[in-house]
Amino acid sequence: MTSPQRPHTQRVVVTSPRTRAPRAPRPYPATREIDEQSELGAVYMRSLIRAQRRLGLLLCAVVCGSVAGLPLVFTLVPAVTAQRLFGLPLPWLLLGGLVFPVFVLAGWFYVRQAERGEREFAELVERS
Amino acid sequence: MSSTYGIIAVLAVAFGTMLVGAYGLRVSRTTSDFFVASRTVSPWWNASAIGGEYLSAASFVGIAGLIFAHGPDMLWFPVGYTAGYLVLLALVAAPLRRSGAYTLPDFAEARFGSPVVRAVASVLALGIGWLYLLPQLQGAGLTLHTLTGAPDWVGALLVAVVVTANVISGGMRSVTFVQAFQYWLKLTAIAVPVVFLIMAWQAHGARDLTGPELPVFHRETTVTFDSDTSVHVDRPVVFRGSGVVDGDRVDGPVELREGDHTIASGSRLVFPDGATVPRVSSIPFNTNETWALPLRGGESFPLYAVYSLIIATFLGTMGLPHVIVRFYTNPNGRAARRTTLIVLGLLGIFYLMPPIYGALGRLYTPELLMTGDTDAVVLVLPSRMVDGLGGQLLGALVAGGAFAAFLSTSSGLMVSLAGVLSRDVLRLRGIRGFRVSTVLAVLVPLGMTWLVGKVPVADMVGLAFAVAASSLCPLLVLGIWSTRITTVGAVAGMLAGGVPALVAGLVTISAGGGNVFLARPAAWTVPLGFVVMYVVSLLTPRKVPPGVNHVMVRLHAPENLGLRSQDRL
Repeated sequence: MTSPQRPHTQRVVVTSPRTRAPRAPRPYPATREIDEQSELGAVYMRSLIRAQRRLGLLLCAVVCGSVAGLPLVFTLVPAVTAQRLFGLPLPWLLLGGLVFPVFVLAGWFYVRQAERGEREFAELVERS
Repeated sequence: MSSTYGIIAVLAVAFGTMLVGAYGLRVSRTTSDFFVASRTVSPWWNASAIGGEYLSAASFVGIAGLIFAHGPDMLWFPVGYTAGYLVLLALVAAPLRRSGAYTLPDFAEARFGSPVVRAVASVLALGIGWLYLLPQLQGAGLTLHTLTGAPDWVGALLVAVVVTANVISGGMRSVTFVQAFQYWLKLTAIAVPVVFLIMAWQAHGARDLTGPELPVFHRETTVTFDSDTSVHVDRPVVFRGSGVVDGDRVDGPVELREGDHTIASGSRLVFPDGATVPRVSSIPFNTNETWALPLRGGESFPLYAVYSLIIATFLGTMGLPHVIVRFYTNPNGRAARRTTLIVLGLLGIFYLMPPIYGALGRLYTPELLMTGDTDAVVLVLPSRMVDGLGGQLLGALVAGGAFAAFLSTSSGLMVSLAGVLSRDVLRLRGIRGFRVSTVLAVLVPLGMTWLVGKVPVADMVGLAFAVAASSLCPLLVLGIWSTRITTVGAVAGMLAGGVPALVAGLVTISAGGGNVFLARPAAWTVPLGFVVMYVVSLLTPRKVPPGVNHVMVRLHAPENLGLRSQDRL
């Protein structure tokens, strides 16, 4: 049933000349930025590394620093070394027992903070 | 002391290890891929395995011996061994796992992509491994000697043979389970006797451990000398028995006057109840009261010695070749952290025990101060304090645990050493290359046991830590946290820190002690290593390895992002 009377009706593709108009953003996840080593990806990674490095160094400085300060305290204030607590000389009690739970607590705190940092980083990257 | 039960315990541990090794061989054959199988290991098993491998001769017998001789300054050994894991947790655990490295040279290559950095790291890992293996063999010799009177080389040879056979058959490598079991065995072996020792001490009237007197014999004691020993007598004592003192044959009651004396090998002297114990010349003068105070050891520069020890142990743990291997069996960086946290707890519990042996030894085994076999205090104490069959069984338990310590640490070290040797030095591929390397890896320290003097086990382990802390620790810490480190800087830093520490260690071992700046080098070699690595890197900015950002993504990005950069792990 083609009608030869209407040969002028045909579909024409019309392209808009407004190519610079704003369009919907193509999803380009930050994980790809990181994978492809773009400037933006490097910024993301630097922020993560800096945060984790600060956490690690801070923990070592506070815990190991305060434990390592003990010999200095023993030298400068010898009276401390003669103290007794629970029947044990203080240096023995500190170095032979109390430091170990402190280390475990510090480690637990570090693991919690480091995992939180990574979780926040993952959320940041996945949101963008 | 009847030694039958002790020998049975040692043999049981040795045969048990061989058996489980052979069984593990069958398992690892049926399991298509050992690494895949290992990745199903939970943090608890993994942490027990790390503890089992880490608690060595130094931890089991050495620490107690040093505390017994030198007092609370030596508590820094267990504190440092544990703090080392905290530093490892905070600075390297997760990135190290994510790097996918199986050995330290692997990490060096993954991070720097340079064969030179890898080669230097390999040589250092070998040096550290051998320095660490040597005291394990010595400790084994001491244990068998204490039990049976056999010459020192018998125990060293026994451990060497058992471990080599095991590693060659491939059993130990795959069995995380064996190492995990060894931790609980060691904890039992050292903790159960402690309960009885404290009960016995209470039953004997809970005598003061820190009184103002010199150590005295609390019963008539026969002291046997197996080598020529120079002793210092602080109070004159009258002894019976026979032997050669100051070159003269003596027999019967003789007075030993105040001052220095030499007692020849083979002498058997009997000291009466209440006599003051003469001390080996290398142990400083201390009453029990001054012994119990820190920084009174009578050494020169005690503060320097303590801080050097702190630096070496806090930073050295991460550079030990057998520690890093275990991190590979974690499924990911997160599990690596959790494993390390559990390790901290397991080590903390174990290290509560050795100081108790060291302190009680002052009362019950003071003759070890005279023979200089201070490392034997853990082995001798149970049968000395608890009478009868109970004491003998406890002694056997301790001996078995000590042997487990030598076997597990040596196995872990041998596997990583043989791996480094076959891949980086001999360049032999395949099973045969690994077996040849294993034999070579054990022959070197076995040969060294003939050359070294009477250096306490824990001191020698301290030297291995010092080398690790001054060379491989800067490589790991700076490599993981700074993008500026260059290949030139890495090599320069490792050499600048590692070579002086290694030389100082070898000098100390061959001389059997000596200058504190050489015996405890970490306080100056560690800063040297770090500074040289960083400064040389800043001076050679063009030598930053290409693709460093890519490596950093691999080391630091959490696994759950699904990055392609981490796919090949």
